[in-house]
Amino acid sequence: MIPDEQTLAQLSDRLVYSAIAVYALAMLAYAAETAGRVAGVSRIAGAGTVGTAVTGPHDRSRLLGAVATSLTVLAFLLNLGGVVTRGLAAGRAPWGNMYEFVLVCALAAGAAYLAFLSRRPVRAFGVWVVAIVLLALGLAVTVLYTPAGDLVPVLDSYWLVIHVAAAITAGGVFTVGAVATALYLVRHRQERRSTGDAPKGRYAASLPSTRTLEQVAHTAHIFAFPIWTFAVIAGAIWAENSWGRYWGWDPKETWAFITWVFYAAHLHAQATAGWRGVRASWFALAGYAAFLFNFFGVNLWITGLHSYAGV
Amino acid sequence: MTDLDTKTTVRSHPSTGQAPPSWGWLRWAWRNLTSMRTAVVLLALLALAAIPGSLFPQRNVASDPAAVINYTRDNPRISPWLDRMGMFDVYASPWFAAIYVLLLISMTGCVLPRSRRLWQSVRSDPPPAPRNLARLEGHRTWETTREPAEVIAAAVAYLRSNGFRVVATGKEVRAERGYLREVGNLAFHLSLLVFLVGIAAGKLVGFEGRVAVAEGGTFANDVSQYDAFSPSAWTDVDNLEPVSFSLEQFDVSYQTSGPNMGQPTEFAAMLAYRAGGGEEQTITVEPNHPLDVNETKFFLTGNGYAPVVTVRDGRGQVVSTGPVLFLPLDTDNASEGVIKVPDAQPTQLAFEGLFLPTAAVGPQGPYSMFPDALDPQLVLTAYTGDLGLGDGVPQSVFTLDKDQLNQVRRNGQPITQALSVGETMKLPGGQGTLTFDRVSRFANFQIAHDPGKEITLVAAVVLLVGLTTSLVIRRRRLWVRVRGAEGGESRIEVARYSLTRREPPRDEIEELVTALGGAAPSPAPSKESSA
Ligand code: HEM
Repeated sequence: MIPDEQTLAQLSDRLVYSAIAVYALAMLAYAAETAGRVAGVSRIAGAGTVGTAVTGPHDRSRLLGAVATSLTVLAFLLNLGGVVTRGLAAGRAPWGNMYEFVLVCALAAGAAYLAFLSRRPVRAFGVWVVAIVLLALGLAVTVLYTPAGDLVPVLDSYWLVIHVAAAITAGGVFTVGAVATALYLVRHRQERRSTGDAPKGRYAASLPSTRTLEQVAHTAHIFAFPIWTFAVIAGAIWAENSWGRYWGWDPKETWAFITWVFYAAHLHAQATAGWRGVRASWFALAGYAAFLFNFFGVNLWITGLHSYAGV
Repeated sequence: MTDLDTKTTVRSHPSTGQAPPSWGWLRWAWRNLTSMRTAVVLLALLALAAIPGSLFPQRNVASDPAAVINYTRDNPRISPWLDRMGMFDVYASPWFAAIYVLLLISMTGCVLPRSRRLWQSVRSDPPPAPRNLARLEGHRTWETTREPAEVIAAAVAYLRSNGFRVVATGKEVRAERGYLREVGNLAFHLSLLVFLVGIAAGKLVGFEGRVAVAEGGTFANDVSQYDAFSPSAWTDVDNLEPVSFSLEQFDVSYQTSGPNMGQPTEFAAMLAYRAGGGEEQTITVEPNHPLDVNETKFFLTGNGYAPVVTVRDGRGQVVSTGPVLFLPLDTDNASEGVIKVPDAQPTQLAFEGLFLPTAAVGPQGPYSMFPDALDPQLVLTAYTGDLGLGDGVPQSVFTLDKDQLNQVRRNGQPITQALSVGETMKLPGGQGTLTFDRVSRFANFQIAHDPGKEITLVAAVVLLVGLTTSLVIRRRRLWVRVRGAEGGESRIEVARYSLTRREPPRDEIEELVTALGGAAPSPAPSKESSA
């Protein structure tokens, strides 16, 4: 027997709440692990060596990290379940209003983080990515909640499904890129300021090397940028289908453009002598800020044709 | 460093050679304009310059045509200044255009020489190995008893089968792969130019317009019939596509239960249309499904109610009859509107008020409970006097100029009456009557013609494919060097150099080493503690 829509919608809500609870635990575990790692750095520093290698009595910290990652995986699966049941309840792709956008974007960010974690030593990101996801899901269930239901007719188009799916995926990956970039800046500052065996900034010293951070950020950006480009093009096609013009400088379109141009500037800066690294990083963060503003600021404060996408 | 970096780090100054000084300056300016640094700065400027357009209301942005007018009225002090700086027309302003035109010039000047270099490097052989291979990434070395020639032949065969361009000398193998990256980069950048051509075509000969048509009403594609019409510089306004249609019926349905009750589920406009001299045809226009006649498209973008009323004047004659457009105010379609009756005698009449599709009365007064017309009511107040239409100043059909109008009163109180379908409002003193005959609807159409659209779409596809190619493909060079060592053995060296920032495939070198019979991979490159 197929459960009815009401039951599925309720199940979806419960799964989302469970995901929030488990993410909260994961964040605590990551925070504790980070604290252990930072303490480890200073102990080693006290012994006269600088480095990120943490050994010996820090098994507890490592165990905490493993627990945190397992919790993150669990929370991610719960989030996934919440999204799938939501889609079944509404009988359509589950990204039709802001509540659902945030659920799926959180899912994409979680997936991007876990994907990186499986091939790079980026557990230090965990606490930040999980915190952002937690914040987003918290906002979703409190401020943005919308009951499951049909779409308003203008949103009922397969270009919308494609456009939003791409935008959200890119957003999730950009989130990991932004975390990596911010940590890169922190780590870079620390590496530059500390000389010899007097490391400044114990937290920064516990992070992965700038090289790793930069590579992760670069991979994330390079992966997400074409997807974002595709999202903008698909959005333009959708706009053409519903309003007869593919581009009208609607605030939503404008900020998608700004996001795109900042990231293009970032990619250029990464290939420009003298701008690579720190300066280029700021462009990536500007791009992410523009993305966030488009997602929250424009939907909530600026009215335009897109505002009936629904809060 | 890539060849491109070396180019851009050269900060050349006006040449003091034989060329006249002005040439030197020009060359210097050109070099700077086409440098990567300029590209970054211009891109950042472009992003920043786009911001004000989302904060200030813009002319010619479809969502709200009155936005600039309202803003100017509310901010009389700064508006003229903002206007002078182009803040209400950011995307058509000279400074915005200056940025993107410079960017495109810079891009062309940067990318064309780069493509020439690409052409040259594709036709020439991969370059020789640097003297000191050990300084390069992924350097591996081991000794073997195999003959150097045999190793070289094996390396050539292996690399060729892996898609490398390979050149071998007696001592070393030079290989390169990923030329397509540059092709993608080139295609991507140049598609931006094509893109601009497509946009320009639309901006020069296309147009956009809006019209509201009530059920039973007709529209012919002529400038005079539009409520709003924005032509481009070269639009042939006298020769618009010959189309006419009548709105036979307009259907809307709403969810009648569940958590999203009142949300619309369907809009459908049934049109009977005639294109050119052809037969009359019918079509149902829905959101995302326009009527398309030779690339002039009619989109359904909105709707509202148009109550049908009949007005009789003081002499008892019918002076106005038909649907009147009421503009929706909220999601339950409470709508406001104005009925003007300039032909009424002995005095002109006007009515102002609300249309409530599902009327109810709350503490704040009458309101609508549901967007569909379940219990429709017209709530009107009446005016007599001079409508002020004679003075030549254009008036909106949705507002009353009350300067010379008197509100109709009974016992000193302004009268307001709620009418259901079929009911009649009688003005005191036999000044006239208004009958609410029935409910009908109107549909808003957005009409657009953009002949550059196909070009833009093609450019967008090339852009996406080129971009993805240039980001996915990793261009790199690989070298294998074989040297005789003591004891009849040969020393083999393998190293790689990446021309892209993203790391080339990690296992590539190990696989090559294995294929050449090299030692088992050295312990995996020290992983950082999983910090
Ligand atoms: C008109 C706006 C421009 C946009 C939107 C744009 C966008 C991009 C993007 C997204 C990339 C990354 C893709 C890749 O690495 O292949 C890129 C790369 C590149 N762009 Fe542009 N670009 C523009 C203008 C320019 C200009 C003015 C120049 C030269 C001054 C330029 C030169 C380059 C070069 C050389 C690369 C390759 C960088 C590398 O080797 O990693 N572009 N561009």
